[in-house]
Amino acid sequence: MHPAPSVIIFSVLSGLGFGFMCFMALGFLPLRGMWAFWAWGIGYALAVGGLLAATAHLGNPQRAIKAFSQWRSSWLSREGWAAVLALLAMAPIALGDWLGFGVPFVWRGLAAGLALVTVICTAMIYTQIKAVPRWHHWLTPVMFTGFALAGGALLAMQATLAFVLLLALAVVMLAGNYIGDGQFARAGQTMNTATGLRGEVSVFEQPHTGGNYLLREMIFVVGRKHARKLRVIAVLCAAVLPALMAAVGGVGLMLAAVVVHLVGAFAARWLFFAQAEHVVGLYYGKR
Amino acid sequence: MTCLPGHTEKKLGLAIDLDTCVGCHACVTACKGWNDQGYGAPLSDQDAYGADPSGTFLNRVHSYSVQPDQGAAQIINFPRSCLHCEDAPCVTVCPTGASYKRVEDGIVLVNESDCIGCGLCAWACPYGAREMDVDEGVMKKCTLCVDRIYNENLPEEDREPACVRGCPTGARHFGDFADPDSKVSQLAAKRGGYDLMPDMGTKPTNKYLPPRPKDKRLDASLLAPLLDIEAKGFAGWLDRVLGKI
Ligand code: SF4
Ligand code: SF4
Repeated sequence: MHPAPSVIIFSVLSGLGFGFMCFMALGFLPLRGMWAFWAWGIGYALAVGGLLAATAHLGNPQRAIKAFSQWRSSWLSREGWAAVLALLAMAPIALGDWLGFGVPFVWRGLAAGLALVTVICTAMIYTQIKAVPRWHHWLTPVMFTGFALAGGALLAMQATLAFVLLLALAVVMLAGNYIGDGQFARAGQTMNTATGLRGEVSVFEQPHTGGNYLLREMIFVVGRKHARKLRVIAVLCAAVLPALMAAVGGVGLMLAAVVVHLVGAFAARWLFFAQAEHVVGLYYGKR
Repeated sequence: MTCLPGHTEKKLGLAIDLDTCVGCHACVTACKGWNDQGYGAPLSDQDAYGADPSGTFLNRVHSYSVQPDQGAAQIINFPRSCLHCEDAPCVTVCPTGASYKRVEDGIVLVNESDCIGCGLCAWACPYGAREMDVDEGVMKKCTLCVDRIYNENLPEEDREPACVRGCPTGARHFGDFADPDSKVSQLAAKRGGYDLMPDMGTKPTNKYLPPRPKDKRLDASLLAPLLDIEAKGFAGWLDRVLGKI
C-alpha cells in the first residue's frame, strides 16, 4: 500500500496526542496554571493537527462533514465521532487543570476511555480490510494502542510506566513483523484464486502500459528494498532506546526520548503501509 | 446508507466468457467512451499524449499465460471490472454513505456528490474495481451502465452495458442472476460459471465462464505450410542453377 505522508503523519501524531491526553485526563501529570495550559495545548495540537493532516488525503475535503453520517457500518465514520467526543470530553478537564477547578473522576475516566476508543477506531479502519492480509489481524489495534499509550506515557513523564509500556511495544512490534510476514500466505489468495484459472498462471501482457490508481495506491513495491534495515531502526528508535532513556529518567532525557520515539514511530508507520500487500496485486502478477 | 440491503429484488450482473474473449479491449474502449459523458464525472486522463500517460478506467483486460498440468499452454484474456458483490465490503467501509447497493437491482453505485475521496472503498475491494479520479477527487466504478439499461430514449438493443454492446465476439452477457431462467443464469449453470476469490466472502454477482481446454496440441504454427515456398518457372530454374554453383 502507498505510504501517503498525510496518513502517516495523522496516525502517528494524533495517536500520540490521544495517548498523552489519556494520561493527562487521569491526572498522571498534575500540572496547574500555565504549565497545564501548555501541556494540554500540546495534546490538543497533536491530536487536532493529526486529524487535519488526514484531510489532506481526501479528494474532496470540503465535504468531510458527511463522514459523520455512517457510524453504523463504517469505522472511519466511528473514528470521526470518537475523536470529536474525546476532544469535547477533554475540554472541561483541560480548563479545570488550567484554571484550577476540579472535575469528577468519572468524567476523567470517560474522557480517557474515549481517547483510547478513538485510537482503536483508527486501527480498525485498517484491521477490517480483508484484502490486505497483513493488516487483517488483531495485532493491528494492539499495536496502535501500544504506540499511543507508550508515547503518551513518555510525554507525560511517567518514567516507570513508559519503560514497561515501551518494552511491551517492542514485543508487539516484533510479533507484528513476524506474524505479518506470513499473513498473505495464510490468507490463501493466489493468481489462481484471483483468476479462477487452473494450472500455472503468469502474466502474458499487462492490461495497460501506463500507470493507474491501483498501481500507485495499492501495489506499492518501491522502497521495500530497505525494509529489513528500517524494521530494526523502527524497533530500536520507537521502543528499545526510549525505554532505556526512560529507565535512566530525568525530564531532559524523557523529552529526548519522545523525539527518538517519534522517529521510530514514523519509520514503523511507513513500513506499516509500504509492507502491506493488497490482493489486487495478484491480477498484475505483483504484490 | 452504507449498510447493505439484506436482499435485492434483482441481481443484475455480467457473465464473462473467458473461452470467447480475444482480448481486443473493445469493452475497455466502449466503457471509457460511454462513461466519459454518462453517469457522474467524466473519466479523466492525465498526460494523455505525454511521456507518462495514465487515466481512470472502469474495466481492464488482463492477459495471462496458463500452463495446465497436462496439455498445451493457453493464453487467457481476462476482463476485470466491478462484480457487484452481494456482500460488498466497499459499501460498508464508506463513511459518507456515498457508496451504496441498490435494493431494486443490486447495482453498487457511488453518489459522487457525497464522496469525499477518502479511497477506503478502493482498499476494501479485493478486485481493484474502483479507481479514484485524479481530476475530480471522487471514486469511480462500474455502474453497470445504469444510465443505459433503463434508458427508454435508446433503441431497445442498446439497453445493455456499453461493454456488452461493444464486445465483437459476444464474450460478455448481461442479465439478472436472481432469475434462474435468465440467459446469464442458464449460461453460468451450463458452463460452470464461478466466483473470483470466493474466500474473500464478497459473494460476487458476476460470473466467469471458464476457458475450455485445448483439444489438440499445436507444436508447429498453422502457418508453417505457407512458409515452404517452392519456386516454379524461370525463378525455379534460377533457384536450381544457383543451388548447384
Ligand atoms: S467488485 Fe469491488 S467494487 Fe465491486 S461490489 Fe465487489 S467489492 Fe465492491
Ligand atoms: S472514496 Fe468516496 S465512496 Fe469511497 S469510501 Fe470514501 S467517501 Fe465513500
